[in-house]
Amino acid sequence: MIQFPATNVPLHQVQPLSNTAFLIASVIKVVVVFTGVMVVVAYLTLLERWISAWIQDRLGPNRVGPRGILQPLADGLKNLVKEEMYPAKAANIYYILAPMLTGIPALMTFAVIPFASPLPIPGVGVVNMVVADLPIGILYILALTSLGVYGIVMAGWASNNKYAFLGGLRASAQMVSYEVALGMSLIPVFMLAGNVTLTQVVWAQQTMHLWYALPLGLAFFLFVVSAFAETNRLPFDLPEAESELITGYHTEYSSMKFSLFFIGEYSNMLTASAVMATLFLGGWDIPIWQGDNMIMIAPGVVAGAEPAWWKTLLTFGAFATKTGFFILLYMWVRWTVPRFRYDQVMHLGWKVMLPTALVFIVVTGTTILVLDALGIPYGLGFGLILTVVNAVVAAIFFMVIDRDRVISGASAHDRRRRRVDARLAMPVAVEEPEPAGIRD
Amino acid sequence: MAIGVKVMKRPVGTTSYLRATLKGMALTFRHLVRPQKVTLQYPEVKPELAPRWRGTHRMAVHADGRPKCVACGLCPTICPSNCIRLVPGEDDQGNRYPIVYEIDEFRCIFCGMCQEVCPVEAIHVGQDYENSEFTRERFIYDLDRLMAQDHPLAALWDPEDPASQ
Repeated sequence: MIQFPATNVPLHQVQPLSNTAFLIASVIKVVVVFTGVMVVVAYLTLLERWISAWIQDRLGPNRVGPRGILQPLADGLKNLVKEEMYPAKAANIYYILAPMLTGIPALMTFAVIPFASPLPIPGVGVVNMVVADLPIGILYILALTSLGVYGIVMAGWASNNKYAFLGGLRASAQMVSYEVALGMSLIPVFMLAGNVTLTQVVWAQQTMHLWYALPLGLAFFLFVVSAFAETNRLPFDLPEAESELITGYHTEYSSMKFSLFFIGEYSNMLTASAVMATLFLGGWDIPIWQGDNMIMIAPGVVAGAEPAWWKTLLTFGAFATKTGFFILLYMWVRWTVPRFRYDQVMHLGWKVMLPTALVFIVVTGTTILVLDALGIPYGLGFGLILTVVNAVVAAIFFMVIDRDRVISGASAHDRRRRRVDARLAMPVAVEEPEPAGIRD
Repeated sequence: MAIGVKVMKRPVGTTSYLRATLKGMALTFRHLVRPQKVTLQYPEVKPELAPRWRGTHRMAVHADGRPKCVACGLCPTICPSNCIRLVPGEDDQGNRYPIVYEIDEFRCIFCGMCQEVCPVEAIHVGQDYENSEFTRERFIYDLDRLMAQDHPLAALWDPEDPASQ
């Protein structure tokens, strides 16, 4: 699809980073991104509590510091000094390992996400604003997020608690199921971008002048829903279901280990939001304005617009806004939608999301093939045709899911369904009358 | 849906998960942007009590510091929870006065009947609820404690509707 160097894109020769500069810049980026993610995660817990409070007409935390903004510090301090409980019959090694296995992959995932346009530093060179611009970008993310399930399952098993164990079982089933749909919903993106490197996906969206949320809207929807399930957020928080499983897999965890599960959950959420923003909302791209369309295709070669420090700042703002939007969506949905039943989760994952994702791959692939054969160049027109195709498929999808029987709970029978039901109808067991006097 | 579960026949509009979800999201969003907060920031902001709100007791005091109570014994008689202990006494002029007057605020149900029945308007229930203590014994208020209380009194009746109609 996109050839490098593309013919009509200006190339800028910039000063490449020396090895030492690259090393120093990388270390600085690692530290800054890690710290940034940790701080944002800490404040996400506060934001979650605020948003839940506002939605429920409450005030939210407002005691620690002005308007409660120091609440995460107080929470962290409390969790650090709390007593750590070890259940007598817990499998100790795995019990300790589990929170680490949840927290670490969640924090590692952020490494491949480009969060701003390349930053030129006078006298040093142009620094790519991504910790590691891996060629396998999104595959790395998929690999690491699927590691997260091990931590949860291990926690559930090692706690030696039946509720925790049930939570772990649910988590494994749910996360494995939705991982399939998650991966499948990403394939249209790769087909359209022709790449799995996240910087290149951003560049592909910039050159199309259209974010992939439009031409690949259905994939976007499927990805968002699967990501909700992958991060165990409502309406898919069956692994921790407070009312049924007393918070499931982390029932037996206290103090900082419990906190680590929380950090894991929220950094997963942050990463998922950043991935959604990158793949479907153009990453750090600023809409309409063309001055930020650039990519560092090799050390010292920047294609597209000229890099500048203020562009880096602006694009970082755009990235933060988009990520923040998805985080707000996460929280908004969490405090609105009730939890699915377990059979609904499985039904939605295997019978709705996966087939739809497969069909959408076929439809998108065919359309791209036809458009290529017709000689339509990759660009706005290409994207608009895909948007129309996508709108048709999405309309059909939503019409079907609107009438879906399992998710809706109470059925809207059609005539065919009634006939099938009549054939399958089983004699309902007659309720025996209650023995008299049992209530007395 | 499991076999044997009765499924009601309803139109799509009322059963669709998607539409219900969107409706709910709209509702929560309205509350998010325009919250109707009713929470009182309690220690800083105190609730406004109704005029007949009844809390812990107060004993009215004469100008010379004696309790107004004449130890007639009506309040321990009418008290439904039997929380008032009164030992009456009589001085040389034949005036009755309480030797012991104790109210167990744990047993009290704050019905206000003692205040209603008192012929000399000596015992009152008052508008006070910040009465926590460190020991249980401290909740038995003796005469000195009851006389020392200075919170506002509960109104016996609604001044605009004296006959309670």
